[in-house]
Amino acid sequence: MKALYFAWVRERIGLAEEEIAPPREVVTVRELIDWLSARGEGYAAAFANPATIRAALDKMHAAPDAPIGAAREIAFFPPMTGG
Amino acid sequence: MAPRPTPAVRVQAEDFDLGREQALLTRGRRDIGALVSFVGLCRDEDGALEALELEHYPGMAEAEICRVADDALERWPLQALTVIHRFGRIQPGEQIVLVLAAARHRADAFAAAEFLMDFLKTRAPFWKKERRADGAPGDWVNAKSEDDAAADRWR
Repeated sequence: MKALYFAWVRERIGLAEEEIAPPREVVTVRELIDWLSARGEGYAAAFANPATIRAALDKMHAAPDAPIGAAREIAFFPPMTGG
Repeated sequence: MAPRPTPAVRVQAEDFDLGREQALLTRGRRDIGALVSFVGLCRDEDGALEALELEHYPGMAEAEICRVADDALERWPLQALTVIHRFGRIQPGEQIVLVLAAARHRADAFAAAEFLMDFLKTRAPFWKKERRADGAPGDWVNAKSEDDAAADRWR
């Protein structure tokens, strides 16, 4: 699946997007965050405070316990500051 | 009951013209009684801000604004709705966001415009980064708990 990162999540990871292939035991958004956090320092810094991370599955907001299911795209970003 | 209008939603780098958008929305209409417009501007309070860089999630930004607009159309009998949100570099004094809500009566138009802004701020995937006038590295703007509280009161 494609992973997209925005704002300071993107800056800390150092990537705007990448292809990821999480193992089958990664079921929820929260589990995917834990799995990504273990990939390196940038990821660990980006996801250090899960309360400040928002996620979207196929461009729809998704809660931490939402199953990733067959989503083709997941995005991680800070709380929104538009408007 | 008139058919539900299709909201006009645009996410763009370019500026917008309130008068033009208002004319487009009301063109040929004789049934609109109230048109509420809200324009959000880039604000500098102490001369420290050179510009805001607005990052967005292409595709989801439009989709999420459309979802919020559909929620507004569910709640109020609106006759027309326009939402424009800009991205990219925006300097103090420049426009960031436009909401136009038209209804037969003002209460519905006022309420819908406020609802739209409260939910755009907390749900539309945009992030603001400050560019400082003194060249020092700017910070990402933090989300405000008041904005969450403003959105929560509609639940």
